[in-house]
Amino acid sequence: MVNLTMNGLEIAFEKGASLLEAARFFGIEIPTLCYNEGLNPYGACRLCLVEVGAPGRSRLVSSCTYPVQPGLIVRTHSARVLKARRLLLELYLATCPSSKIIQDLASKHHVTRVRFKQKNEECILCGLCTRYCAEQMHGHAIGMVGRGAERRIGSAFNKKSEDCRLCGGCSYICPACQARCQGPDEKSAVCGACLNLAPPCLDDHDDAMCYLDPCAACEMRGER
Amino acid sequence: MQEGMIERSHPFRQNGISLISQLQQIQQEHGWLPEPELRRLSAATGEPLIEIYRVATFYKSFSLAPRGRHRVTACCGTACHVRGSAGVTREISKLLGVKPGGTSADGRYSLETVNCLGACALAPLVVVDGEYHGNITPAGTRKLLKKITGPEAGNGAAAER
Repeated sequence: MVNLTMNGLEIAFEKGASLLEAARFFGIEIPTLCYNEGLNPYGACRLCLVEVGAPGRSRLVSSCTYPVQPGLIVRTHSARVLKARRLLLELYLATCPSSKIIQDLASKHHVTRVRFKQKNEECILCGLCTRYCAEQMHGHAIGMVGRGAERRIGSAFNKKSEDCRLCGGCSYICPACQARCQGPDEKSAVCGACLNLAPPCLDDHDDAMCYLDPCAACEMRGER
Repeated sequence: MQEGMIERSHPFRQNGISLISQLQQIQQEHGWLPEPELRRLSAATGEPLIEIYRVATFYKSFSLAPRGRHRVTACCGTACHVRGSAGVTREISKLLGVKPGGTSADGRYSLETVNCLGACALAPLVVVDGEYHGNITPAGTRKLLKKITGPEAGNGAAAER
């Protein structure tokens, strides 16, 4: 077991585990796009970044690839972390606004504008599909091709791979493939279109617990 | 990083097959990386074809298309650029009839541009068939290329202008 401090709490966690696993075990919510429990951590989306180190000398690291270390001081929701996460989400919105998962994360983190040039990519290069294909299916049918701005997901020589078993896992696991709802303004970078519609609930849930997260009605009443 | 984490991150990468040096060997033999050769390499080493393809497309020095018999590489790095590599490249391109990054239709020459050859003191730098030539001027390119165009002069784009 390794002893470390997370958000001011002394915790002990299994050696060899990542900070993300430790945080999730203790109920601390950290958003991710490229992480999946069944696959090796990749550290591509950077959304899971946390601040490690003593105050004043801290740095941002991706928690999914950072192992728990004795005496480590970790802050998962400091102002610096939240600011960086919001910026990342803004960049993701500019890259791939058609994804429901990205839109949901953005509205959850109160990202309401996009200051970057709008692109409409279909892929955020999170590598989930390639890892799923290689690690879970042992298929190695698809992978990263090219470099830098030309990097993309593809198959060898742009031909359909003989190793592909058409399992469909790549599109199942893809965070960009699930389309967002086509609200009044489907071309806009930030979805949030439902905020302009009539709220689904207002006063009739006194004691009942609402599981909508984010909830348009609460958002409109400014309760969040 | 702690050991456990590294093992977990790269479980299927324990047995390296020195992929890059194998690709270099194939490229040395053929001048480029033909698809059947890469498939053979994949079958022989057990390395998935997509992994080989990923590495081959990542590095600029690997070519998946046939290249010319004579390879001319012009450096366009900062030092070479400042000392006029753009003019040199343009002149070579004109003399050989090949656009940068391309191969002539007869498969004789290919012209490449690279970002730095690491010999900035000799800027601007041109490599002809693996031989480095420094301090090249646009006027000096014709003399430089004579070595590869000479015996074949009169045929193709390298003919006397």
